[in-house]
Amino acid sequence: MATSTSHIAETLHRRAKSGFFARLRGGDELSYLITLACTISILLIVGVIVFELWFNSRATFHAFGFGFLTSSAWDPNADKYGALPFIYGTCVTSFIAMLIAVPLGVAASIFLAEMAPPQLSNILTFLIELLAAVPSVIYGLIGIFVLVPAIRTYLVPPLKSAFGYLPIFEGTFYGLSFLSAGIVLSVMVVPFIISVSREVLMAVPREQREAALAVGATKWETTWDIVLPNASTGIFGSIFLALARALGETMAVTMVIGNTPKISASLLSPGYSIAAVIANEFAEANGDLYISSLIFMALVLFGLTIVINAVARIFIMTTQGKGG
Amino acid sequence: MMMEISASRRIVNSVMLTLSGVCTVFVVGVLFFILGYLLLHGVSSLNWDFFTKLPKPSGETGGGMANAIVGSGKILLLAALIGVPIGFLAGVYLAEYSGKTFAFTIRYVVDLLNGVPSIVIGIVAYALVVRPMRHFSALAGGVALGIMMIPIAVRTTEEFLRAIPNNIREGAMALGATKATTIYTVVIPAAISGLTSGMMLNLARVAGETAPLLFTALGNQYWSSGYLAPIATLPVMIYNYAIAPEDDLHQQAWAAGFVLLTLVLVINVTARLIIARGPAAQRR
Amino acid sequence: MRSQMLRKAAGSVAIASFVFAAILGAANQPIQMTGAGATFPAPIYQKWFNDYQSIGNVQINYQANGSGGGIKGVTEGTVDFGASDAILSKEQLEAFKSKNGGHGLLTFPTVLGAVVPSYNVPGITAELNFTGPVLADIFLGKIKKWNDPALVKVNAGVKLPDLDIVVAHRSDGSGTTFCFTDYLSKASAEWEKSVGRNASVSWPVGLGAKGNDGVAGLLKQQTGALGYIELIYAVKNHLPYGKVQNKSGEFMKADLKTVSAAAAAAKGPSADTQLSITDAVGKGVYPISTFTWLLVPDTFKDSQKAEAIKGFLKWAVTKGQEQAESLDYARLPIAVAQEVEKRISLIK
Repeated sequence: MATSTSHIAETLHRRAKSGFFARLRGGDELSYLITLACTISILLIVGVIVFELWFNSRATFHAFGFGFLTSSAWDPNADKYGALPFIYGTCVTSFIAMLIAVPLGVAASIFLAEMAPPQLSNILTFLIELLAAVPSVIYGLIGIFVLVPAIRTYLVPPLKSAFGYLPIFEGTFYGLSFLSAGIVLSVMVVPFIISVSREVLMAVPREQREAALAVGATKWETTWDIVLPNASTGIFGSIFLALARALGETMAVTMVIGNTPKISASLLSPGYSIAAVIANEFAEANGDLYISSLIFMALVLFGLTIVINAVARIFIMTTQGKGG
Repeated sequence: MMMEISASRRIVNSVMLTLSGVCTVFVVGVLFFILGYLLLHGVSSLNWDFFTKLPKPSGETGGGMANAIVGSGKILLLAALIGVPIGFLAGVYLAEYSGKTFAFTIRYVVDLLNGVPSIVIGIVAYALVVRPMRHFSALAGGVALGIMMIPIAVRTTEEFLRAIPNNIREGAMALGATKATTIYTVVIPAAISGLTSGMMLNLARVAGETAPLLFTALGNQYWSSGYLAPIATLPVMIYNYAIAPEDDLHQQAWAAGFVLLTLVLVINVTARLIIARGPAAQRR
Repeated sequence: MRSQMLRKAAGSVAIASFVFAAILGAANQPIQMTGAGATFPAPIYQKWFNDYQSIGNVQINYQANGSGGGIKGVTEGTVDFGASDAILSKEQLEAFKSKNGGHGLLTFPTVLGAVVPSYNVPGITAELNFTGPVLADIFLGKIKKWNDPALVKVNAGVKLPDLDIVVAHRSDGSGTTFCFTDYLSKASAEWEKSVGRNASVSWPVGLGAKGNDGVAGLLKQQTGALGYIELIYAVKNHLPYGKVQNKSGEFMKADLKTVSAAAAAAKGPSADTQLSITDAVGKGVYPISTFTWLLVPDTFKDSQKAEAIKGFLKWAVTKGQEQAESLDYARLPIAVAQEVEKRISLIK
């Protein structure tokens, strides 16, 4: 202790002669400059990414304009490109994923936040957060060899017999489809919903619950009528976060979606998504219009995820502001 | 005033709460299912060959993924060398130096970077590294993954540094230490367990990334020397073998998947345990 | 004091490692080259590159990402050479010139192969017969079931089930696709008009898979599937494949003889331009045959690489041809092989 104090006293003495170079030796300016430089380099990196995407997609924009986004022609042979089938596929698979993941995730988060004893809740949450760490390609692996055959054998026949008249369940099911991709995606995003929703639910003040229970509400009624509405903004935030994740998913989707650029009302038909077509065709896209079409779609995807992430942030920040 | 809780409300209560429990069990069950399935199918194909041999030409059985395992390691090393310093130092800036509005902007931009789909990062890395250099390389792959590591490095660093209470900083400065000395010799060591585990989680996350490597690292049937040649990586091999028709390759894909998943989960569990038991938690 | 010793130690370690690295580096390192492209010839290329390692002291890393990937890779210079069974258009050759300082791209045929219609129909292991128009109609989506009258007509005696045909095609840019659509265009005017021939087309129906591997995998897993793959992929995956009717009316099964007949029958195959040999006129011809080419720039910055690829090409069209047959690829006609050897000297 004594040594360190005297060491610091020595340093103090040296630093008594102040001035830029003395402070530089002390490391302050250097530290400030280096950390600032790193921060600015991040801004630069993002700028470069946006620039590269914009710059390399101009050819398509000049050739097709915004009509590119509503056209469903995808014919590299004739050099005709349209992004609609991919935008459609991205949206449909993400929608299916949300349809499954939201009820599942919110229900599980209610259990973990309201019902389970703290120890159990922590352990289970820990395990669920591990699900988020599983790489996408492994989801794809399980998707191809386990999920798709399982859906084909156990899920689709009852669906078809009960709802086969609906256009969304029309046609033969070949395994690789919007439905399969949507289901795989739902498993991949549900941990995000659970993780954030649980925290938001736990942040609702205890007094609220106690007040409700005091007037005779059941635990479920308390949760549904009091806690959930209180936490709703945060939960919406988690849903948007999960959605952003689902939109950009590449590997798992391309392995089970069927890679067919077609728009179809039926969830049982094969389709394509923006991320999947880029993964499959970028390596061989030769020809300026072809490449710039893929990059234009990448830009669209990027834009979409920015917007959704921003919405998510707003929701989550609002929740934190509420005094969680 | 005590209200009698009607039978129907009681039933709804039990049903709904049971349902939510079922959902939870289901989700946790999926994790165990994935693990179990990979274990079942992967472990049987794990042998000494898998870890030591190179892939065989198509049609011949046998071979392994030795080069892919090493390849993944090399790329991750480069990614960490790029992503960690930049992210960490930027996090230090955010936590220790910056003003409120600038910090808000930076955080927004960092979040933006985090939201970029990995395939898009792959395209950018292709345009910036592969095309000008005129070859696919481990370097390009490392750059792509390094960029992906930056946002989480920034966020983790800022979070853990901010968690160190100000009185520690004030105490050091009161003894005459400069701001820089305080940061690097007092604050950072205090947060070190959180910082390292954060970096571990970060690494585990990019270890499984496949999409950005498709057009940067490409692939290689042989050992790749240095960083300027195409290189085989575990996730890309899994992808290629999974969509191939040969059962032999499927087996290898399962084995590789098992190895990758085990690695990722072990790192995750270790890192989270460190955080959970670390000084940050104790301080709460 | 201690720091001085430490610095000396660090210095000597650095020097030692430099020397060590230099010694290692000076040891005979094989030349490393990267090629990318067609999955069609991938089995024989991989075997060749593997065997040639010891002969030519060159390690050739071949990534089979489809003919499209090969063309793009060699054009952008991200790989040393490409491989394609798709015939390059004038635009593509021009694009190469403009991106590579005016240098040209040479195409060298290496082997001959066949594209076969392979299927997965429960209960049918026999070889089904197909005609060009029938195949075109199936891939156009006009023939939807296996027991369609058109199929029954050419397969007398076979009990075809009432099962939907699941068309399988390539999702990536493929020379196999090029060959197949080239054939379909010749066999069906409607196909030529509405879809055409290219490495990547707008398929009216079907599921897409990546690479010949991917389509073979799809065929294995999907009941009722019909797809087009290179012969060796059907053979090594034990997938049944059908006979196709040639211009003389015979239903031919793809094998070394029938593919070589196609090459022989096609109009004077030359080695300097890419030639289509589908739907050739003649007896004993398999109509969906094709050459496959290596795409090599005519100028290399690295003279070692130029020498390496020249050595490989020479070996491939002479000694290598023997191995081709073991994998069901037909040898190049002698005239073509000789021309290839002559043209190798064009590489600088």
